[in-house]
Amino acid sequence: MALDKQTAAKREFKVVGTRPLRPDGVDKVTGKALYGADLTAPGMLVARILRSPHAHARIRAIDTSAAEAAPGVKAVVTAADFGAPADEAVRDVLVNCMAHDKALYDGHAVAAVAAISEAAAKAALKLIKVDYEVLPHVTDVDAAMKPGAPVIQPGRQAETVGTEVSENVTHYCEFGHGDLEAGFAKADHVIERSFKTEATHQGYIEPHACLASFASDGKADLWCCTQGQYMVRNLCSQIMGMEASQLRVTPSEIGGGFGGKTTVFIEPVALMLAKKSGRPVKIVMSRSEVLRATGPTCSSSMGVKIGMTKDGRITAGHAKLRYQGGAFPCGTVEFGAMAAFAAYDLDAVRTEGWNAMTNRPKQAAYRAPGAPMSIYGVESVVDELCQHFGLDPLDVRLKNAAKAGTKASYGVTFTDIGLSACLAKAKAHPHYTAPLKPGQGRGVSCGFWFNFGGDTCVTLNVNSDGTVSVTEGNPDIGGSRASIGMMAAEELGVTFDKVRTQVVDTASLGYNEVTDGSRVTFAVGLATIKAAQAAKKVMCQRAAKIWGIDEEAVVWEDGAARPSGPNAGQFPPMTLAEIAAVSSQTGGPIAGHHEVNADGAGVSFGVHLVDVEVDPETGATKVLRYTVFQDAGKAVHPSYVEGQMQGGAAQGIGWALNEEYIYGDDGKLQNPGFLDYRVPVASDLPMIDTVILEIPNPGHPYGVRGVGETSIVPPLAAIANAVSRAAGVRLTSLPMSPPRILAALDAAHPAAAAE
Amino acid sequence: MPRTRRRRPSNGARVVKVAIWGSLRGFTEGRAEVEVEAATTKEMLDKLAEAYPGLRPQIERGVSVAVDGLVYKEAWFTPLRPDSEVVLMPLMVGG
Repeated sequence: MALDKQTAAKREFKVVGTRPLRPDGVDKVTGKALYGADLTAPGMLVARILRSPHAHARIRAIDTSAAEAAPGVKAVVTAADFGAPADEAVRDVLVNCMAHDKALYDGHAVAAVAAISEAAAKAALKLIKVDYEVLPHVTDVDAAMKPGAPVIQPGRQAETVGTEVSENVTHYCEFGHGDLEAGFAKADHVIERSFKTEATHQGYIEPHACLASFASDGKADLWCCTQGQYMVRNLCSQIMGMEASQLRVTPSEIGGGFGGKTTVFIEPVALMLAKKSGRPVKIVMSRSEVLRATGPTCSSSMGVKIGMTKDGRITAGHAKLRYQGGAFPCGTVEFGAMAAFAAYDLDAVRTEGWNAMTNRPKQAAYRAPGAPMSIYGVESVVDELCQHFGLDPLDVRLKNAAKAGTKASYGVTFTDIGLSACLAKAKAHPHYTAPLKPGQGRGVSCGFWFNFGGDTCVTLNVNSDGTVSVTEGNPDIGGSRASIGMMAAEELGVTFDKVRTQVVDTASLGYNEVTDGSRVTFAVGLATIKAAQAAKKVMCQRAAKIWGIDEEAVVWEDGAARPSGPNAGQFPPMTLAEIAAVSSQTGGPIAGHHEVNADGAGVSFGVHLVDVEVDPETGATKVLRYTVFQDAGKAVHPSYVEGQMQGGAAQGIGWALNEEYIYGDDGKLQNPGFLDYRVPVASDLPMIDTVILEIPNPGHPYGVRGVGETSIVPPLAAIANAVSRAAGVRLTSLPMSPPRILAALDAAHPAAAAE
Repeated sequence: MPRTRRRRPSNGARVVKVAIWGSLRGFTEGRAEVEVEAATTKEMLDKLAEAYPGLRPQIERGVSVAVDGLVYKEAWFTPLRPDSEVVLMPLMVGG
């Protein structure tokens, strides 16, 4: 079969593609790594936050006088201490950090206290009197969209939203092409299903933590765990009404982010408390606060309709997606709508999306935001059509797979992509033909994410002892210090152990976008290669000076400057270390830097294959075998790439089988802890096998594609398809927890259920 | 993709076709593709907002632009050719 063509010639790498020991490993396993909560400062206060016990309530008044007078209390803040940022999106972030006229969800912050001890702060919280007028609430997306639903925030609708829905609907989007009606008419069978997915949390192990210090001259410092120190600086400086240069933000080591740390929750509060008290202020969230008040992903309600011919050609696809992203406008459904049918080459396709506000916490990005849900719906219906016609699910996907030249439903014509290659690899893998026992089922699903680049700065210093220091501005959540250092070593022709990569504060480099969009190994790697090339140019110039020849007559090869060309003369090569040793004598320190808004990230596809066993007595699902196939373009450090693929699968398994935000009729979150909000643990999972494909990305010098997000997209449908085949009944609601599976079995077999 | 000879205005701008996503077509008289004279993405967005004022709120909130399959995020000077595939997209975010 025709696989996607390989556009970039295979390059021989010396460092890229190897598996050196991870540079952050020793600090992490010995407990020396400094996370957000590990930071302290002399005279530091501890702050605690008072949170709304109501899902929706008007705040008539807040009386903080007793708390302010309590022993050990140094400052109390409420929304009244903050101004109103001009930018609407920043204002939303502030209102989420500290409720203004209304508490918008259970757990919404309403006041905060900084005191000399945690006990004093907690005691003072009890002295704050909040006069609430409880309002009707809504937490379900379908209910929130209906006219007459309690309105969370009026006047937030985009111009594309019609009047037939509640004022809670903030976004409407539509993508696609072709004649749907004609497409469905060509089908031999059409299936239309409704699906629901619950909100899930990113589940990072490290809760949010920060330490703020505000000097009397208006300068401030903030240390925090974040996916982007520059994002924190920009948001906080606008919220605090200060110039960005006066706020220095230093990122700590980070214990997971997955998109959930691409905004701020406590940092402006800590800064304001530090400003009011004149003392450093530290805030560390509890797990309960993390679950109640930081961003989970959207929950969804969807309708998907697909037509297929009996030989497996998809003739038309239509998806209607309804997402809720909490109490603020949220555009995540747009990405779900664009991604839904991205894996398929279709003549007729349409996706529509609506976002509704509800009385839930403001959603935050979560790996490939919006895509897992919509692709779950589409891939489930494709699987059911395969079952209907008795067709092989991988053959059907290969027959319909998007490839170079395919016009995606969101309008872009794909260039080189690795979907067909992933599907073919899955088909040939022993996993696909391994025998299954009764009660077991096998599921497959495709996945897709856009990936992007964005603003990036890297500085690379060649030290006089022949070592190299790389400074980058993106917190390392997936192994980027290793991959960046490896790309620097590759380009310079030195060994990896000569390079140390550090993530620095906002005063040390220009702006870097947050670590998101699977962008860091791609974009920071690209900037690092360019910075290394700039340093090589300088080193060639120095060698030319030393040899007394034109700099054009010097080239850099195999880690050394060499004379080149017939008139260059005969000189022994000068290594990086030899040039660096005399850098002071030949003109001064040697460095390279590169600043860019990187583009050319290249989309990413993956295919997951999973076997499960469903216990019909308990409804429990056991994942027996799992294999991930993903195109990495070029895997810089394959162990980290495999880790990304395994991590996404593990999180997707949790999303599919167990994790969910459960709200009571009172609108309160019922399960704000890891006992009741159940993420997969090691004993729940088999070893997740990985197969890395390398179809070079033409937009990167080494062919790199981002790999951090795509892997969370396929598991929802892959597991739903496996469970549905194992149980003999189609599951259309996530998570497929034991009660839901039992209910589906009972509904399918009412006679057995009655026994 | 075959190159087609197009009118080239005197200021260097060329006529490019821009694909508009479905929910914005209410602001482009129902058209899925509109033509503007532009040599760069910034010029294209300015002309779009001028010719179709209903698009301005979305453009001001932010859009990405895909040119020949590559997605550009607020990169003003990305050159556009008459035969470029230019697609308007919501502003990309990720996790």
